[in-house]
Amino acid sequence: MTVRLTRNYRFVASHRLHLEHLTPEENQNLFGKCNNPYGHGHNYIVSITVRGPIEERTGLAVSVLGLDAMVKREVIDRYDHRYLNFDVAEFASVPSTTENMAFAIRDHLQANWTTALGPNAPQLVDVKVQETKRNSVTLTLIQ
Amino acid sequence: MLITRRVEFSSSHVCRNPLLSDEENVRLYGPAANVNGHGHNYVLEVTLAGDVDPVTGMIYDLKDLKDVMMEEVVDPMDHRHLNYEVPPFDKVVPTTENLTVEIWNRLDKRFQAGPVRLHTVRLFETEDTSVEYQGA
Repeated sequence: MTVRLTRNYRFVASHRLHLEHLTPEENQNLFGKCNNPYGHGHNYIVSITVRGPIEERTGLAVSVLGLDAMVKREVIDRYDHRYLNFDVAEFASVPSTTENMAFAIRDHLQANWTTALGPNAPQLVDVKVQETKRNSVTLTLIQ
Repeated sequence: MLITRRVEFSSSHVCRNPLLSDEENVRLYGPAANVNGHGHNYVLEVTLAGDVDPVTGMIYDLKDLKDVMMEEVVDPMDHRHLNYEVPPFDKVVPTTENLTVEIWNRLDKRFQAGPVRLHTVRLFETEDTSVEYQGA
């Protein structure tokens, strides 16, 4: 019996969307108020969906405790209460759009996936990043 | 086309496998292994798949779906201790995974005759944790 489990995690961060090679007008046109010079912040919600068979002995498809520890280490500790442009290496030159954050979170999780979750680790299915209640991006890795 | 209905129920449970040591249970289930149990406001979303009836304009009567969800899930589980009062959880650990599959099995048998089929069962244990099952 294969199930999908989704768990939400939260962090708060500030950022500014800005590309150095564009003019101020082009940046304003592209990013609007997200380009304002001193940045702004969001309460982000990251939803991680995994898929795996239910282990009969434990009744679990994934160790939520293990997943929590990994997401805290790989995502929350990196991003929470940071200014993404200055404090987070991957966003020094790449804009921290919700799309790019989903890619970065996928990369951080996959880099240590089996080390953190063991040989019977479930598969990573979706990374969803919600920037506000009205905006979210879902990166689907497996249908 | 898909149609989804949501209900809530509140139950207590404890996640412990009696074949494992106390230490192993805590390692696996964390605070959910506390012997005296704890509880959740579960939210259950049930999705049916089917065609829209040209006469009624409905895939399935939502009231009928609610009645099935009440009879199979809410009435037997709401305000109960799953381990003590809701078989098979006297023998099966009531993790969200196992509870989701059990709810699927209870509901699926009610839709065997059609005209709709059970598509997805999604069970939220908390606002931040959910399990989804679409059958074997």
